[in-house]
Amino acid sequence: MTIDMSQFYEVFFDESDELLAEAERLLMALDIENPDPEDLNAIFRAAHSIKGGAATFGMTDMTEITHVLENLLDKIRKNEMALTMEHVDAFLEAKDIIKMQVDGHRSGGKVDEDVVSEMKAKLQLLSEKGTSPAVAAPVVAKAAPIVAAPAPVAEVMQPAVAIPEGSKKFVIVLPELSEKDVSNLADELSLLGDVTRVNDAENKVSLTLITEEGADDIVAICSFVLDPDDLIITEQTVDQAVAKASTNVDDDDGFGFFEPVAIAPVAAETQDEGFGFFEPLENKAAIADVVPSDSTTEAKPAATQVEASVEKSAAPKREAPKPVASAETTSIRVGIEKVDQLINLVGELVITQAMIEQRIGAVDHVLDERLLNSVNQLTRNTRDLQEAVMSIRMMPMDYVFSRFPRMVRDLATKLGKKIEFVTDGASTELDKGLIERIVDPLTHLVRNSIDHGIEKPDVRLAAGKSEAGRLALSANHQGGNIIIEVSDDGGGLNRERILNKAKSSGLPVTDTMPDAEVWQLIFAPGFSTAEAVTDVSGRGVGMDVVKRNITAMGGSVDIRSAEGFGTTIRIALPLTLAILDGMSISVGSEVYILPLSYVIESLQPESADIKEISGQGSVVKVRDDYVPIIPLHQMFNIEPKYTDPSKGILVVLQVEDRKAALFVDGLVGQQQVVVKNLESNYRKVAGVSGATILGDGSVSLILDVSNLLRSSRQLHADTATH
Amino acid sequence: MAKTILAVDDSGSLRQMVAFSLNAAGYQVIEAVDGQDGLNKAKDQIVDLVLTDQNMPNMDGLTLIKSLRALDTYKTVPILMLTTESSDEMKAQGRAAGATGWLVKPFDPKRLIDVVKKVIG
Repeated sequence: MTIDMSQFYEVFFDESDELLAEAERLLMALDIENPDPEDLNAIFRAAHSIKGGAATFGMTDMTEITHVLENLLDKIRKNEMALTMEHVDAFLEAKDIIKMQVDGHRSGGKVDEDVVSEMKAKLQLLSEKGTSPAVAAPVVAKAAPIVAAPAPVAEVMQPAVAIPEGSKKFVIVLPELSEKDVSNLADELSLLGDVTRVNDAENKVSLTLITEEGADDIVAICSFVLDPDDLIITEQTVDQAVAKASTNVDDDDGFGFFEPVAIAPVAAETQDEGFGFFEPLENKAAIADVVPSDSTTEAKPAATQVEASVEKSAAPKREAPKPVASAETTSIRVGIEKVDQLINLVGELVITQAMIEQRIGAVDHVLDERLLNSVNQLTRNTRDLQEAVMSIRMMPMDYVFSRFPRMVRDLATKLGKKIEFVTDGASTELDKGLIERIVDPLTHLVRNSIDHGIEKPDVRLAAGKSEAGRLALSANHQGGNIIIEVSDDGGGLNRERILNKAKSSGLPVTDTMPDAEVWQLIFAPGFSTAEAVTDVSGRGVGMDVVKRNITAMGGSVDIRSAEGFGTTIRIALPLTLAILDGMSISVGSEVYILPLSYVIESLQPESADIKEISGQGSVVKVRDDYVPIIPLHQMFNIEPKYTDPSKGILVVLQVEDRKAALFVDGLVGQQQVVVKNLESNYRKVAGVSGATILGDGSVSLILDVSNLLRSSRQLHADTATH
Repeated sequence: MAKTILAVDDSGSLRQMVAFSLNAAGYQVIEAVDGQDGLNKAKDQIVDLVLTDQNMPNMDGLTLIKSLRALDTYKTVPILMLTTESSDEMKAQGRAAGATGWLVKPFDPKRLIDVVKKVIG
């Protein structure tokens, strides 16, 4: 029976990705002085698991580096070596390299072998450093034992070669050499001892040498033919003294049963396969039958079996996919298109549900009580179903946040800055589609904060600040929005220089503009690309792209900044784009939908509560607050039923921290609406964010509340300046 | 009736490989993600063989073996350790904990099946 191992690769790659990410997270959080042993264990386990998988699935390049890494981690977790910053740096680098290897295997991504071997050497060196010189030598030789690439293969292919006392077995992995050079080298090495040649899975040639000489002599001989740096020499760590003492002679070979000494001979024979029994199995007779008869031919099957697997990896052929046993006990992976289809269908269901609900209004409430009850239940179920389905797409912000600590650390180190990075609200959930699109803009903003916002330690100290800058990333829900903030306590934006730059670029600016508007200038296309401004404002290249991306997601960006005290960039995004709770309102003969999340209350005002402010429209007194009135009919130029706000209805809306009262003719009702994109079906319309189909089948526009509030302010501002 | 094997490993890909191979050889496989999970599942259903990794979060393989051996129902059930270490120290610990035998990683499906057959037929 042959089993195609490649069917497990994808799971292994995903698993490696997860382990690497987890290891990185733990590494970043490690307290160097006093590391949590549990964390060290977990990091060790990650390296260990990846090594195990890589070895099983024949990805020897990954086995090598994870092995060296594992050794070093093992020493640290066993307190044989103190953890240093240098270690953490090296581990993080190694993580990147292993990730590169994973990607290489997964999708044929480029793997820079030089970087890999440099890393290996570096880890080796670190591993040697901490040990006392007396022990250092053996450690070097041991550094890549069970290990390295072809070692396991080599070992099984010629199993149980007895190693004479006083001799050592070396595995020498050769770089690419001509056939002639290899045989020359083998001849030369045979002067030292017994040479066997092994071709491993990747057609790399390695030699095993059993000799009384040391590794130095091997290098000396090899250096006639090739650069010794290209060699990987490993000593097989069969601890002969121990092996001899026990009956388990070659127990490195892979399996064994632990047995009492009484049936030791059987044990000795089974050792070839690398397994063993500690105790007699239930059915001793069966073993006595099976094992000894096997033992004579043991070596051969093992060899052929390995050859078979070598052939297989050389020319991988995919068998028809077989049903794979469920491995994920807690989660399943589903294609995103399936989820989207589900959401779409639920959307249609919500519309149908709304239609039924509307029609049911016409039936007799007494006669059809049971029908009404059923419809009510259907309404509840539909809503629950919709919530459940929508939650599939929701992902915690941690998905985005978790990639920053490393970036901040690396960038800060590179720029010679000290930065304390904090995140808040990582569990806040956001639609998957949005979360993926927010990564780039956020990365850009964080980068800017580090690069230009936070000052170097000496500058900060001179300004009376703490040496380390503080960079905070936070997320939280506010109404129907998620608010993401990037804030730093750096130098802040320089108003004067932004204004100067704006003037010279011909942008319409005045010296009396409010700060908020000045800051918005840096979002102007082309504004920030000039180098001088990058230096000045510190908010570099591509802010217009950031803004555009966020606007495209239906969000908005605001900047707060105080010179000398830092900058906060605040992004507001809708939670999801597909379905929203709406309030339908009427103006004239039109019905519009207001996203319910913006609505605070609706009221019919007394005329005494309405005040006209010259040139600024009117305001209404809501309890102790004055709220500007936005007459919707004016915004859309339609003929309303009422022009006096006290006759109609005011819907008080809140966008972030601004309030406004939308003046409409009347309220129609509340319902869930499925958002259909207007832009892709028609074109962008100011003040409208989308369209939907109402229960009666008619189309209604969904109002873009924040846009309405903004344009009404603009309207007032314009009238005010005139 | 097909014999049931409990495979305990924190690595999903290894678990999947083990389960697939043993299924293909006609065994039923129950998977567990760590020692604790393995212990719970072993209690739920008495299996014919336990295969366990050593290095796992929550509960490691040796602790699992000791805990199983402390149960009346698992006094005689064979338990194999799947381990990357085959040092004598590890073997001494395995023996002391009550393991039946060991199988060194990496192994390929064929070897796994061969060893399992030796133990439970």
